[in-house]
Amino acid sequence: MITIDALSKRYGGFLAVDDVSFTAQPGRVTGFLGPNGAGKSTTMRVMVGLTPPTTGAALVNGRHFADLPNPGREVGVLLDASAQHAGRTGRDILKVAALTMGLPLSRVDEMLGLVGLSDEEATRRVRHYSLGMRQRLGIAAALLGDPHVLILDEPANGLDPAGIRWMRDLLRTFADDGGTVLLSSHLLHEIEVIADDLVLIGNGRIVAQGTKTDLLAAAGTVVRGTDVDALAVALKAAGLHVTRTPDKALHTDASPDMVGRVALAAGVALTELRSADGAGLEEMFLELTAASQREGVAA
Amino acid sequence: MSTTPATYRAPTPYDSPSTQIGPAGSPVRRGPRDDVPALTFTALVRVEFVKMFNTRSGFWLMASIAILSVLASGAVILFGGENAITYANFSAAVGMPIAILLPMLAILSVTSEWSQRTGLTTFTLVPHRGRVITGKALVTVSIGIVGILVAMGVGALGNLLGAAVHDIDPVWEFGFTDLLMVMLANVLGMLMGFTLGVVLRNSPAAIVGYFVYSLILPNVFGALAFYQESFADVWPWVDQFYNVTSLFERVPSDQEWVQLAVTTVIWMGVPLLVGLRFLFRSEIK
Repeated sequence: MITIDALSKRYGGFLAVDDVSFTAQPGRVTGFLGPNGAGKSTTMRVMVGLTPPTTGAALVNGRHFADLPNPGREVGVLLDASAQHAGRTGRDILKVAALTMGLPLSRVDEMLGLVGLSDEEATRRVRHYSLGMRQRLGIAAALLGDPHVLILDEPANGLDPAGIRWMRDLLRTFADDGGTVLLSSHLLHEIEVIADDLVLIGNGRIVAQGTKTDLLAAAGTVVRGTDVDALAVALKAAGLHVTRTPDKALHTDASPDMVGRVALAAGVALTELRSADGAGLEEMFLELTAASQREGVAA
Repeated sequence: MSTTPATYRAPTPYDSPSTQIGPAGSPVRRGPRDDVPALTFTALVRVEFVKMFNTRSGFWLMASIAILSVLASGAVILFGGENAITYANFSAAVGMPIAILLPMLAILSVTSEWSQRTGLTTFTLVPHRGRVITGKALVTVSIGIVGILVAMGVGALGNLLGAAVHDIDPVWEFGFTDLLMVMLANVLGMLMGFTLGVVLRNSPAAIVGYFVYSLILPNVFGALAFYQESFADVWPWVDQFYNVTSLFERVPSDQEWVQLAVTTVIWMGVPLLVGLRFLFRSEIK
């Protein structure tokens, strides 16, 4: 469990993290979502004690990171897969980490196997690694100590589609086993498929947080029917706010359940009824972060 | 190619990650882990030792101490005449490369955590920067002392070989006190490198800094003393490099010991304290 309590970080006149509070629960994958420069990485560095906060605190399993007796055995951390000595081999990087944590070196081979780095690749120097290989090495390092909590900053960067799917399964299993997973991304789709809870951050401030289900419900419902106009009239009559999408569907803030009942009463046959997940959340993401985005949203 | 995990690179692990992540019998990952042993300083020192050797630059820096000692000794035998075959000459010849290499080793042991960004991992696994830096200092000085002994040993072999080649009795004239002075000079050189590493936390800057300290500053002091006679009296009280270098030649007098101590506090003690203060509070990116 990770608890962030009223955390702020100021650089001179610039407030990089502004009064951020959230928790990442055990047994759940928490997605930390925001555009580049929103303060995700800074918040994560504060969690692991690399950056001193200006005010507020970050606790892991109820303790400050520096008070953990053996942090690597409790929290697996991957902040930047490229932050490794270019002249060291992949295996040596894991070996150094294993020695630090007091783990048997057999654990190194287990982890190399888990992330699919071959013996030949593991004896190569990291200088010659692709970003995807570095990322998998970083995940191996994070899992090395068999931790209960994972903190991963943009872990899908550089992974190929099969690798992303593999990582998704791995994190799902980790959380299903009772582990806490916090992962950041600036890509909504990437995080939407894996996260149970979402924390959206823009310009250092949290703009929305909650379970993915709740946030998706807030995104509303998309509905199509044989008679779109009649359906729109019925929905408005039921007091719902309705908008027409360019592809001749209707969008409303109500739940699919509610919309279905209205359609039934109006006698309109539906051809499609679903929560406005992907697109809806994306819209919300863009909307919520639009004000804080550097370039703004292109018209 | 199918994108199912089973066909991606290493098939078995992808099928069931659950059985692979932790050791058998630990499926539940809740709450704090009080079952794991705490970090130990011994493990930390061992890690810092391993890190000195398992990078290409670290390995060759170490290897070059042995290689250059052999080359330097060979040069004395080849180009020195019969009179040059004394241990004092061999120790001076092997001492030259190590006096430059050991401070570099000390610098890189600190700065690589920043320049190579390994600090992100190091200080996450061990969130006690003081302990990490102390471990590094211990390992660096120990390796330095072994390096000096290796180099002096190579020099001794060179002296024996040179005497045999020239068919003379080996001349030693180099006592235990002389060895101690050489050790002290080199350890101080390393600590100066270490200090620059802590203060600057950047490999190129610290290396340049060391050459400013060892090559440029002495000349500046020399010029000052030349143009400003009154400075000549102050000189030994401010020039640490001069005081350290004279250890290679003689055992200091009482006053020279004090001068060495004073300049060491000025050039190393104070910067090290200030540098550590910043290092402890800095942000590691």
